[in-house]
Amino acid sequence: MIRAKVMPFLRPRGNLVAETIALIDFGAGNLHSVHNALKAAGAEGVSVTSDPERVRKADRIVLPGVGAFGACRDALAAIDGMVSALEERALHAATPFLGICVGMQLLADKGIEFGEHDGLGWIGGTVKAMKPGSAAIKIPHMGWNDVIPTEGHDLLEAGEAYYLHGYHFEVADARDILAKTDHGGPLVSAVGRDNIVGVQFHPEKSQAYGLAFLKRFLEWKP
Amino acid sequence: MTVRVRVIPCLDVANGRVVKGVNFVDLQDAGDPVEQAKAYDAAGADELCFLDITASHENRDTIIDVVRRTAEVCFMPVTVGGGVRTADDARALLMAGADKVAVNSAAVARPEVVSDIATRFGSQCMVASIDARQVEPGRWEIFTHGGRTPTGIDAFEHAVRMADLGAGELLVTSMDRDGTRDGYDLELTRTIADAVSIPVVASGGVGNLGHLIEGVTKGHANAVLAASIFHFGEYSIADAHEALRAANLSARS
Repeated sequence: MIRAKVMPFLRPRGNLVAETIALIDFGAGNLHSVHNALKAAGAEGVSVTSDPERVRKADRIVLPGVGAFGACRDALAAIDGMVSALEERALHAATPFLGICVGMQLLADKGIEFGEHDGLGWIGGTVKAMKPGSAAIKIPHMGWNDVIPTEGHDLLEAGEAYYLHGYHFEVADARDILAKTDHGGPLVSAVGRDNIVGVQFHPEKSQAYGLAFLKRFLEWKP
Repeated sequence: MTVRVRVIPCLDVANGRVVKGVNFVDLQDAGDPVEQAKAYDAAGADELCFLDITASHENRDTIIDVVRRTAEVCFMPVTVGGGVRTADDARALLMAGADKVAVNSAAVARPEVVSDIATRFGSQCMVASIDARQVEPGRWEIFTHGGRTPTGIDAFEHAVRMADLGAGELLVTSMDRDGTRDGYDLELTRTIADAVSIPVVASGGVGNLGHLIEGVTKGHANAVLAASIFHFGEYSIADAHEALRAANLSARS
């Protein structure tokens, strides 16, 4: 916080080099892929960290995640002070925040996967197993599919992105849905509010579309 | 629209070098899997599959290094198969940047490895790789070790069991068709695809773009894997996508 007050005049505005992006390390499988993609999208100050103090000093925060909701939630909660640091920055300091895949699902109130687990509760709703509408609809939802923005948002552009998930976010308030896709029925592709955005797809694995998305996040001024 | 049919080129890698791979572009080092992966990333492949055919298990670090270097420069999903015996083997690949791991022989010898991996890392990353040969009309048997070793296990029953144990995808390879360019074993693919609720990748035997289409329309596969037709530059990934779209299938634009 001190740094934010004292240093801003020393930091060229809009220069990605000067920004610190905290990429939260809680052992998620896509951690390194997200790190690589952020660098490819132009970020130089990526701090792969499990230190809440570094999160407090970061200009932007990225929360990765793959696998089971409960395991990710437990791993995040096991880092002393991390959840409160994330809440301080994302909910109270308006720091741009991006959650990816399970990192997006963790924003929910709760997740039902191998039992019921509390989420961060930043975006109302529940993460549940997808139910195929017909035998032709295969679960997990695996592959390239549409990103259909629900309304204008700085980060979300219509396109095709890579999805890999068997559970999905049922969002309580439709205003928090930023984009949808379709797999045997509409599915939530992106959620968010103010400075917070979460995407179900994997920008780090979505080739040009994904890197362009990450670049927009790095330049985002919500 | 719905999820697209995936077109997946497959690279065979032994001791960190490509054994059967691309020769349609000028690569500085045609034996480098990373160079080849970059070519497919640029070509818009929907996923890439590395099949590690290194004989010994002592050399795991080599394929892990290939995956790590690939993930530094390629931003597409990567499945890695070959030699994955335990959940820890899977973890090392996933942490290096693989999105999915394919388990073959180990899942035959010890099916619970499938549930181990699915429980620890999620079904979405657990691919059960099934190498099958037809033994009589309408019946296929599992073969391991590159299709050389018969197991006596019914391929259909094994596939269903893999799905029940938590596999998130089945990679179904016809060892009868592999390398023939006669097309997929559509009956094998369809028999399995119709019985499971998870995606199925058709593999083995592609010789032209029509075979890819058939894999979906007649084999009921959700993804189509091929090697030589892409490696030798006969067809591009874009050609494959266009052929699928022309057949009224959903493919990336």
